[in-house]
Amino acid sequence: MSKKSFSIDQIKGTAIPLRGDNIDTDRIIPARFLKAITFEGLGDHVFEDDRQLMSKHPFSDPRYIQATVILVNENFGSGSSREHAPQALKRWGITACLGQSFSEIFQGNALAIGLPCATVGQDDIEFLMRSVENIPDINLLISISKLSVKCQGRTVALSIPDPIRKALLDGHWDPASMLLEQFSQVRVVAERLPYVTDF
Amino acid sequence: MPKLDIEQNEAAILSPSYYNLSMSKTLLQKVWDLHTVRQLPTGQTQLFIGLHLIHEVTTPQAFDMLRSRGANVAFPELTYATVDHIVPTLNQRRPFADELAEQMMAALERNCRDFGIRFSDLTTDRQGIVHVIGPELGLTQPGMTIACGDSHTSTHGAFGAIAFGIGTSQVRDVLMSQSLAIDPLKVRKIVITGQLPLGVYAKDVILEIIARLGVKGGVGYAYEYGGEAVEQMSMDQRMTMCNMSIEGGARVGYVNPDETTFRYIEGRPFAPSGPTLARAKQWWTSIASDADAVYDDVVEFDGHAIEPRVTWGINPGQSVGITELVPCPEEFAVVERASVREALEFMGFTGGIPIAGTKIDVAFLGSCTNSRLSDLREAAAVLDGQKVASNVTALVVPGSKSVRLAAEQEGLDQLFQNAGFEWRGAGCSMCLAMNPDQLVGHQVCASSSNRNFKGRQGSPTGRTLLMSPAMVVAAAISGEVIDVRKML
Repeated sequence: MSKKSFSIDQIKGTAIPLRGDNIDTDRIIPARFLKAITFEGLGDHVFEDDRQLMSKHPFSDPRYIQATVILVNENFGSGSSREHAPQALKRWGITACLGQSFSEIFQGNALAIGLPCATVGQDDIEFLMRSVENIPDINLLISISKLSVKCQGRTVALSIPDPIRKALLDGHWDPASMLLEQFSQVRVVAERLPYVTDF
Repeated sequence: MPKLDIEQNEAAILSPSYYNLSMSKTLLQKVWDLHTVRQLPTGQTQLFIGLHLIHEVTTPQAFDMLRSRGANVAFPELTYATVDHIVPTLNQRRPFADELAEQMMAALERNCRDFGIRFSDLTTDRQGIVHVIGPELGLTQPGMTIACGDSHTSTHGAFGAIAFGIGTSQVRDVLMSQSLAIDPLKVRKIVITGQLPLGVYAKDVILEIIARLGVKGGVGYAYEYGGEAVEQMSMDQRMTMCNMSIEGGARVGYVNPDETTFRYIEGRPFAPSGPTLARAKQWWTSIASDADAVYDDVVEFDGHAIEPRVTWGINPGQSVGITELVPCPEEFAVVERASVREALEFMGFTGGIPIAGTKIDVAFLGSCTNSRLSDLREAAAVLDGQKVASNVTALVVPGSKSVRLAAEQEGLDQLFQNAGFEWRGAGCSMCLAMNPDQLVGHQVCASSSNRNFKGRQGSPTGRTLLMSPAMVVAAAISGEVIDVRKML
C-alpha cells in the first residue's frame, strides 16, 4: 500500500460534546478494563464509570451515537500513558479529537493509531459545542491541511504541531517503518553511548 | 587589534561549531543530542532508547504486533521486564485467582521467553514495581534515555536520566527499533531554596509545585529540579519528586546527578564497578546541566514555607497545606469554577472547612511514588507504639520484594503489624486497582500514591486524599487527616 493511502486530511462527521477540564484516562477507560491481552471490546466501556454515575452523559445519549468527532475542553487525556484510552475512543467510533488542550502522552498515543488531536480556542470550542448541543446531527468538516473546521457556515481555526500535521498528511502517523528505514544509524548511536559500550 | 583578527573572530563566532562549543547546555539537551538517530521526514526526532522497561499491562498487544510483522526485538539486552500492576499482594500463588490477571502474567512470561528478555518474575527476589526495581537493580543510570509503557517512568529522572512514559504502539516501536519518533522538549528549572522543615517531605514539595504550576503547566516541558532542598534529598525522595512530574503535565522530570546519585548506584547488581565505575562517574558528571545553561523558564519555591499537603479534589493539582481550608469555587477564576464544584461534590467537601479533621476509612502506604525503604522508615517513625484507629483499614505494600526483605530485617514489618497495619507482598496494589486491593463504595482513602482521579482506587465513588507516607500513618492512627508535625 502506498503511503498516500494512509494520509489523513479531510474528516467529515457529526460530533459529540464532552464538557469538562482535565478528563483523565482513568475516566476514559477505567483500569479494570485494561486486564486483557488485546484492545478488543474497549469501545463498549468508554467512560463506563462516568456513564453509570451521571444521569446525563453524552456517550449514553442516543442523539450522539453516530458521532465521529469528540469535542473537549482543557487537558483532555491527562494521567496514565494507557493507549487503551485513544483505542477505546477509536473503537467506539471517534476519528478525530478537537479540544482546548490535550495531554502530551495521550496526543502521541492517539496519533500512533491515526486519531488526530487538534486544538481550538476557548470561544471556538464553545461555539462548536453549542452548535452540536443544539443540532446533534450537524456535520463538521475538518481539514488538517487547511487547519480549519467548518460548522454551520462558520470556519474555525485549528492548531496542530507541525511535525504531527506533516505526519498525518504524509501518512507517516504510524512511525514504525520510518524508524526501521535507517536501522544502521540506530546501531551507530548505540555504539557511541558510554553506558552501552561499558564506558 | 589588526583587522584580519576581527574578521577571523567574527567568522568563528558565526560558525555553528563555535556556537555549539560555547553554548552551555542542559542535561536534557546533552542527552537528547547524544541519543538522536536522525531527524525524521516529519520533523520529529528519532531518539535512541537506552533502557526499555516493560510490564504486563501495556505490552501484550505490542508483542502481538511484532509477531504479525515477523519482527524481532532489536536490543533484548537493553530491555528488562517485571510484573507489578496485576499482582495480588496477599496470595501470590499461581495460577492467580483472577483468570484475566493469570492470562496477562502468562502472556508476559511467553513474550519474554520467545524474545529473549530478562524478567524479574515472582519466583525471583527482584520482582517489584517497575519504577522501584529499575533503580534498585542499578539498571537506571545517569545520562540514559529510558522508556516504559507507564506514565510514571519520569521517576527514573531522579538519576539524571531522560525517562518518560509511552503507549503500546510506541512500546512496539521501541521493541522493534530501540527508538521513538518524538518532539523535543523545553526545559523549566524548578528551584527549591532552603531546607524543608521537619515533617515535610518530597511528596509535599511536588504537590505544592503542581498546585502552583497546574496539572497542565508542564505540557511541552521537562522539569529540572534543583536548589538546596533537592540537593539534600535522598535518591528515594528525588524519585518521589520526579515520579509526579507527569501529574503536573511534564512528561519528563529530572535531577542533575551528583555524589548522592553515585553513592546510591555503586554496588548494585547492574551498576558499573571497579575501574569502569570511575570512568562512568566521570561521564555521569559531564552530562549534568552546565552552570550557565539557558532555560526556557525558571521558577523558584521557598522550601522553608512548604507544609504537609493533602489533596481535596479529583486531580493532583487540587491540594492545600494541612493548616489551610478546603477552597470555595469563588476563590478560582470563573472558567475553573465548574471543575472545582465537580471536585467538591464528588469528594463530599464543603468549601471553607479545614482539610484537617477529614475522616478516613482506609490508609494506603505504597505505590511507585512512595513505597521505598526510606518511605517506610519515615512512616514507621510516626507510629511510636500507637494503634490504627478501629474504623480504619490500613495496609503497607512495599514497592519491591527487596524493599520488603530489607524492611523485615529492620523489624519495620513488626512495627506496622503491631500497630494494626496489614503487611503485604510487592506490587502496585491500591494505587490503581488492577488487582484485588480496591476501595469499596464511598470510602475515603488517605493514600501515599499519585492520583486522586475519580474511580482510580477501584470504586467509581471511592475518594482519594493524596499525602506523604508519614501523613498517611498519622491519619491511620487518628482516623482522620491530621498534621503529622504534631506527632514527631
